[in-house]
Amino acid sequence: MHKFLDNRNVLGLLFMLPAAALLLMFLTYPLGLGLWLGFTDARIGRAGHWVGLENFESLLDDALARLSLFNTLFYTVVASVVKFMLGLWLAMLLNRSLPCKAFLRAVVLLPFIVPTALSAIAFWWIYDAQFSVVSWAFARMGVIDHYINFLGDPWMARMSVIIANVWRGVPFVAICLLAGLQTISPSLYEAASLDGATEWQKFRYVTLPMLTPIIAVVMTFSVLFTFTDFQLIYVLTRGGPLNATHLMATLSFQRAIPGGNLGEGAALAIAMVPFLLAAILFSYFGLQRRAWQQGGGDK
Amino acid sequence: MDYLESLPRRWVTLYLPLGGFLFVLLFPFYWMTMTSFKPDAELLSRDANPFWIQHPTIAHFEKLLFHTSYPEWMWNTIIVSVVATFVSLIASVFAAYAIERLRFRGSKSVGMAIFLAYLVPPSILFIPLAAIVVELGLFDTRWALMLTYPTFLIPFCTWLLMGYFRSIPYELEECALIDGATRWQILTKIILPLAVPGLISAGIFAFTLSWNEFIYALTFISSSEVKTVPVGVVTELVEGDVYHWGALMAGALLGSLPVAVLYSFFVEYYVAGLTGGVKE
Repeated sequence: MHKFLDNRNVLGLLFMLPAAALLLMFLTYPLGLGLWLGFTDARIGRAGHWVGLENFESLLDDALARLSLFNTLFYTVVASVVKFMLGLWLAMLLNRSLPCKAFLRAVVLLPFIVPTALSAIAFWWIYDAQFSVVSWAFARMGVIDHYINFLGDPWMARMSVIIANVWRGVPFVAICLLAGLQTISPSLYEAASLDGATEWQKFRYVTLPMLTPIIAVVMTFSVLFTFTDFQLIYVLTRGGPLNATHLMATLSFQRAIPGGNLGEGAALAIAMVPFLLAAILFSYFGLQRRAWQQGGGDK
Repeated sequence: MDYLESLPRRWVTLYLPLGGFLFVLLFPFYWMTMTSFKPDAELLSRDANPFWIQHPTIAHFEKLLFHTSYPEWMWNTIIVSVVATFVSLIASVFAAYAIERLRFRGSKSVGMAIFLAYLVPPSILFIPLAAIVVELGLFDTRWALMLTYPTFLIPFCTWLLMGYFRSIPYELEECALIDGATRWQILTKIILPLAVPGLISAGIFAFTLSWNEFIYALTFISSSEVKTVPVGVVTELVEGDVYHWGALMAGALLGSLPVAVLYSFFVEYYVAGLTGGVKE
């Protein structure tokens, strides 16, 4: 028995057992089941029959599904770009010599810690059509003469949910990039200064290339979270007004759970996978640059 | 080379933008707090200065604590988060040790699979998971959440702990092996004590992730007494056309406090976990 347990393969499998059991049961199996459900007409409480590509065909014809794809892409691209730029800026600000740096860093991360559903409620109140504090402040300053309808107008609503998403995501991007900035050796900047590089050149030719691997990973995660975002939309708009903020995740929830149409909801969820894969591959190829940046050969 | 910079320039390029960031990032919390202590009359008045409270009241908290199921939601959230975190930590310690140190046949690909599992978002899993939860008879119970949360916690914790275990020198283990220690003794007496910071990081991270989880809790739970705080506040306090903003904000504030307080005690560990998970 003892000898048997010393065998690393046996012991390895034994140690993997709890994690593997949970993951196979509640992650791998549902992934496969989701794929299967996408090709059936399953409803809640009724096993489905194979219907082939019917769900996907009906989604292609479905104006709402197409709108949700557009909304998701728009939401993801705009929010990610803004998060990246603001996050990088904030990271560079925090990387300079500052009083109470540790405290500032801790405070900055707060929006990321707090449950999104709860901070979204705060945003809902800030965006209230009648009592919005933002409208109040602008009206007092004389910028606007009637209150802004943040969540009532399609484009206004899209922008409002993007702002809420950016608010939550910037701390994550900033703190991760800050960790990357801190690993860049100051001697590189000194060398650049001696060569007469301007601030912009230092940023462009030292900071950015050294940061690329981290940027790739951070932005992959950021894109993944944003593309599959659910709670922010669910709390703020439930997809409205006129479905202008329905994302694929919220639409698939609406079709599958309150609507009871598991098959169609699953098909919508599957339709998100190719986009996620594209984002992951994109980051993978971004990571390939790591070798030469650390003095290795170019692959 | 900050010392070369003149003070006015430093204000414009550093303090002003940083102040702007801080204002925007913290304003919703300030606003939450203000709203939750304001009487209704003040909330719905457009004339009074909304940034301050004229007559603070704790009526909203009273309502929340004594006239809604809020205390039950809080209790559910605590139980679910604590159990899910411990289950995930234990499973992850074994898994990470096996992958990183036992190096059994196929451990490389298992490590890769764990990383890929980390990338599977809950919003594409919740529909089939709902079917499974119903099938297992777990629908509308806390078990549904305690068993499904580890699916996004284990991959993260394992990945993080693998990094920590990697940083512990092999020689320590070899010495122990020569002295006749079993693998179990090595794990509990050498590796785990050295990996305490990693365990704290993973634990804090897992706890906040479970506390913040929304879509599973929304889908798998329907009775008020089993709901978690985020879902309870969103689904039960928002009823009809009249929003009780005071109570809503009080609920959001109380629900955010536990994670915020816990986070404030372990900031360094949390940041290490966050950036460690990204850097590897």
